[in-house]
Amino acid sequence: MVNIEVNNQQIQAKEGETILDTLNRNGIKVPTLCRMEGFSPTGACRLCVVEIEGKPGLIPSCSFHVEESLKIKTHSPRVIRSRKMLVELLLSNHPDDCLYCVRNGNCELQDLAVELNIRERRISGNKSKANLDQSSPGIVHDPAKCVLCGRCVRVCEEIQSVSTFDFIKRGNKTAIATTMNKDLNFSNCVHCGQCIMVCPTGALHEKINFDVLLEMLNKKDSKVIVQYSPTIAISVAEDLGIRSGKDISGLINAALRKIGFFKVFDTTFGSDLLIYEQSAELLDRIKYDNGLPLISSCCPGWIKYMEQSHFDLMENVSTCKSAQQMMGTLIKGYFAQEEKISPEKIFSVSIMPCTAKKFEAQREEMTHKGISDIDLVLTSRELVKLINLCGIDVQQLQEEMADNPFNTRSSAGKLVSVSGGMAEAIIRTTHFLYSKKEMPEYKITKLRGTKERREMNIQIGDLNLGIAVVSGLKNAKNLLEEIRNGRKDLHYIEIMACPGGCINGGGQPFCSDEKVMKGRAKAVYDLDEKDGLKVAHKNPAIIRLYEKFLEEPLSVKANSLLHTRYSERDVLL
Amino acid sequence: MPDIDSILQKYPFVQTDNLIPILQEIQENLGFISKEALIKVGSHLQMPTSKIYGLATFYNQFRFEPKGKHHISICNGTSCHIHSNAIIIKELYKKLGIKSGEVTKNGLFSIEETECLSGCGKGPVMAVNDKYFTSMTVEKVHEIVNFYMQIENS
Amino acid sequence: MIFDKNIQPTKEFIINDILLNESNTYSKEVAEKLTYIKRDKVDFPVIAVSQNSSSIISGTKNLTLFIENYLKEREIKAKVIEVGCIGICSLETFVSIQLPGKTRLLYKNVGEDNIIAILDGNFNNYIAEENVFGQFRNKMHEPYENTPYIDEIAYFSSQQRIILKNCGIIDPNSIYEYIAYGGYKSLVKVLKHCTHEDVCTIIDESKLRGRGGEGFYTGKKWRIALQTPADQKYLICNAGESDPGAFMERLLIESDPHKVVEGIAISAYAIGARKAYIYIEWEYDLAIQRITNAIQQAKEFGLLGHDILNSGYSLDIIVKKGAGAYVCGEETALIASIEGKRGRPHSKPPYPATKGLFGQPTVVNNVETIVNVPAIIDKGAQWFTSIGTAESKGTKVFSISGKIQYAGLVEVEMGTKLRDIIFRIAGGVPNNRKFKAVHIGGPSGGSLTEDHIDTLVDFDSIMLTGASLGSAGMVVLDEDNCIIDTVKYFMNFLQKESCGVCIPCREGTRRMYEILENISKRPKDDVGYTTLQRFKGVMQLESLAEVIKDTSMCGLGKKAANPVLTTLKWFRDEYEEHIFDRNCSAGVCQELRTFEISVDACTGCTLCAKKCPTNAIFGTPKYAHFIVQDKCIGCGVCYETCKFSAIISK
Repeated sequence: MVNIEVNNQQIQAKEGETILDTLNRNGIKVPTLCRMEGFSPTGACRLCVVEIEGKPGLIPSCSFHVEESLKIKTHSPRVIRSRKMLVELLLSNHPDDCLYCVRNGNCELQDLAVELNIRERRISGNKSKANLDQSSPGIVHDPAKCVLCGRCVRVCEEIQSVSTFDFIKRGNKTAIATTMNKDLNFSNCVHCGQCIMVCPTGALHEKINFDVLLEMLNKKDSKVIVQYSPTIAISVAEDLGIRSGKDISGLINAALRKIGFFKVFDTTFGSDLLIYEQSAELLDRIKYDNGLPLISSCCPGWIKYMEQSHFDLMENVSTCKSAQQMMGTLIKGYFAQEEKISPEKIFSVSIMPCTAKKFEAQREEMTHKGISDIDLVLTSRELVKLINLCGIDVQQLQEEMADNPFNTRSSAGKLVSVSGGMAEAIIRTTHFLYSKKEMPEYKITKLRGTKERREMNIQIGDLNLGIAVVSGLKNAKNLLEEIRNGRKDLHYIEIMACPGGCINGGGQPFCSDEKVMKGRAKAVYDLDEKDGLKVAHKNPAIIRLYEKFLEEPLSVKANSLLHTRYSERDVLL
Repeated sequence: MPDIDSILQKYPFVQTDNLIPILQEIQENLGFISKEALIKVGSHLQMPTSKIYGLATFYNQFRFEPKGKHHISICNGTSCHIHSNAIIIKELYKKLGIKSGEVTKNGLFSIEETECLSGCGKGPVMAVNDKYFTSMTVEKVHEIVNFYMQIENS
Repeated sequence: MIFDKNIQPTKEFIINDILLNESNTYSKEVAEKLTYIKRDKVDFPVIAVSQNSSSIISGTKNLTLFIENYLKEREIKAKVIEVGCIGICSLETFVSIQLPGKTRLLYKNVGEDNIIAILDGNFNNYIAEENVFGQFRNKMHEPYENTPYIDEIAYFSSQQRIILKNCGIIDPNSIYEYIAYGGYKSLVKVLKHCTHEDVCTIIDESKLRGRGGEGFYTGKKWRIALQTPADQKYLICNAGESDPGAFMERLLIESDPHKVVEGIAISAYAIGARKAYIYIEWEYDLAIQRITNAIQQAKEFGLLGHDILNSGYSLDIIVKKGAGAYVCGEETALIASIEGKRGRPHSKPPYPATKGLFGQPTVVNNVETIVNVPAIIDKGAQWFTSIGTAESKGTKVFSISGKIQYAGLVEVEMGTKLRDIIFRIAGGVPNNRKFKAVHIGGPSGGSLTEDHIDTLVDFDSIMLTGASLGSAGMVVLDEDNCIIDTVKYFMNFLQKESCGVCIPCREGTRRMYEILENISKRPKDDVGYTTLQRFKGVMQLESLAEVIKDTSMCGLGKKAANPVLTTLKWFRDEYEEHIFDRNCSAGVCQELRTFEISVDACTGCTLCAKKCPTNAIFGTPKYAHFIVQDKCIGCGVCYETCKFSAIISK
């Protein structure tokens, strides 16, 4: 224990921790901008400076470790004056369009300005002339709003190992940019959106496509059909003013119908289908001992990363399309056929926790006779905005069911929201398909939790399955390196680009708190605990679909509709 | 002239501290850092190109397009500034229609403002390729640029 | 380099008879050889051509070749050698001619146009008066009449040269000469008689302070690194002098590279480093070439490399070419740059002395600091402490330039008055202009007025004025220079050179620059927004500067406000003149100018009225025109167009 004095009070600090940590533990808030939980401090923003007796200048509390008998002032006039001036400096050439900004209301810079009571522009600077980059299907980069905190750079490098962005140039020309300062669509960006999640301002945000949607909703004889990801029902509650940690699918169904969608489908059905197909594929590969380990393919961020950086492992990647795209083909194929609607009339919308899905929907592999299976992808954040825009008061709604023919789902399909869930669901179905028996206990604790990599072996009859789960592309890269170096014990690998899986997707409502993330995961597992239907292969709608349309998993029809292959992508790495 | 590959061969180890020397050597030999060079260096050192680009743009030395045939360096050191080099720089920009770091459309001239060229006793100093001109005046700017333009015209 | 065919000193001779001879008394034969190497005796004429970046700029890159051809054509048997910079850059190129038996005669302002006349004259006992600078004093030589000795010339007589001792005198390409002039003896002494600890103690006792900026005690820094246990330690010699007004390190390395090598070797030994780096800007090709050559020669002589002189100590020196960034003068940024990263500084602690390059203990010393080391080892800590002031020992080299008679390198004892440097040594302000200010320390330094001209030059006295010794660049301004313009120049430099990481430095320098720019141009109109902004900005200038100083991460940011703060203190009236009177009395801030048309001179040609971008000029053709001041934005187009000098700028 180290004794320090903070604002004339004695405080005990832990050996080796930073001043900032000590202060936060003792209920003193110090503003920060460049700091990221779990990352080493850079000391760039200087907002966390404090006054330490005997030191010249102010000291950044995020990177200075406590020492015995330090005397600290955290909110002295000198400190406050400095912090205020720093924020004023950032604001001095900030585009003054807060009211029009996508982050209006949940912007960290705005919060700082409020917190430090900035009420006047004392310094004004020449506005930056940087170009707005809208080239990417998922992510918009607006350098004019960038405060150069570097959080996007760090997330992209240290978590995702993609390094699309870096600081370029220096001094007054410093900027965040891609290689050769090219637009994002030329870059190696995998559209995971983690940079958006850490951006304190509106410098990085998802591409918003409301206009098209509203137009289509009001267009005569167009059938606007929506599907929404299993994760959505868990993550948007808070932003809609409902107690979080609960599955609100019923309310979302009702709200979407109110907005005017012709049909509302739950993508969880697609997840069930994916689980069924992929389990069959896994057993098929084991049978022929070919292309093992099988690597999951449901995450579009991972798929793009694979295409550009790990294409040598393409043969190992499952040919299954993602749940969104499976639903997409079924809607414009099977469903349209059943309902006798021409596929061109259908405008297929999906709501996903993910910005990469926007990219996935417009891939060439995901079209059928020149028509995209999915026409528009919205993120969870956009859904909240859409519900508000359309004046829907969710509190007053009654729960409703999703539409036929995809209206039942298993809780296994819900599990895919969490990193490890896909693998868990696959094991359940594989177990049944291989041994024709259900598992005695569905819950697989070894695949749950927050460890960056989870591995396990499971015995199914004479088959010993090796399973690994990773999230965050850096962790994926490390695991793939082991595979490349000859590791042979694994049969199935689940890879999710976003750390923690879709619950932490790049399109999800902003949350800076780790607790919220844990809450989301818990909600998913609770739901699985309580649900009666815990396996994909028992979903009656799925069984019906195979009977009526797809015949059996991996059938020729299933193959042509639900599976695809990828090609190598040439980007500036 | 050694190509990128043979330069890379001189640095067999994957060490980031080789990055700047490699880029320097590439630029010395090829005049600038091309996109191809970025990719090759990146795969050699197992680094993302964004990092290399980020690093290279940090430093004054690296450029990403070739210099003009006649590369004009104009000193913007303190002493030259004191000796009113601002007028000379302005005149030069006007004369060639380009600014520091740019190349004329025909690729003949490029200008670069540099830190001290060590001619503090004789400022303002300007250099065209390897040839130095001291105690510059507005008239001398015209004379010198005209001289090089004439070489090109004849 | 050897001047008699009968005396061919070998490597073995240099090492065994001179270097390893610790008695300092030589046998007659050795002494004889030594006089030849040192050129105290020559058997035929020796022409020494100054070849350094400063002389090359004077257009004499090929002068050596030119002279050799001259000699060949006339079949004159003479030797041509190259030397470094003697100090006065504005009189480059220097060439000295030493005839057998005569003193070495130094000519200034030599070029290809006048060298033939000078040589012709000198060989025929006629001395070109307008070019002769002086003669070197040497008891063995017969002096020329009516020619001053160099040590009597004001520029040199007030200097005390420890660091620059050999500059311009010895051949920087020759390790023979360096050793003959007493070089590498300190290294031998250290390796043979001192432990690492001993060396640190000597330097500690000498009170040597880092010449790079902060003035930290070198011995203390070394000891921390020495006492930190580690597998590998590094010494970095920082020659990345990127201050746009300083050229001292560059010329020093070009003129006496072996001294730098020796200094690095001793310093590295002191901290137990087996690998040392010297970081030089890539643009300094000649310095790089000379230091690389010196390292190579030292290796051949067994003074670097594996097991130096059987002492068991090994050292490699690696030349690292900097890619050009001012901020890399900051030690943590320099380390990042060597590691192959963006040269951005890091928060201290940890200090490099405990955790630096590749995470190992690293000492970063500036060239000038390191060059002091061999002399201290040679003559002892006591000798060194006898020079200078109580807290600043030794000498200090300045590169002085700007509006000054003799621009160049000046080495003075710490505690010398600024007045002596500027007026006695460097000859004061030329062309009968009035001295206005001296700016010390480059972009992180400050400007001092005539009131401070009696300030002593040492770390603490200079610090008290708000300036800093920093890069040792000294730029003199006269009445034709505008302080606002100079500060604006530095702020522009800093806003470009900030690493861009921390907010106060990146945004602060940019805003300060913009504020200064606003006050150095006339507002477009008096009623609108711009006038308000102009005032608001100025009102914040001081507190902005304080915050930048208080919160920045590294030295660059902490000192970035110095030019503004010092000038606000000492030149407040000039700021006020710009702000309130909208006038720049030096006439530098062109956008503040007002114009009038002289009724007498104007012919009414209407040219100015046609060119005026704001239509502020009125008049009837063939009659005198006039300018409506409210409309005029002071662009000066009329002034430049008028063929009759009828437009008067105020």
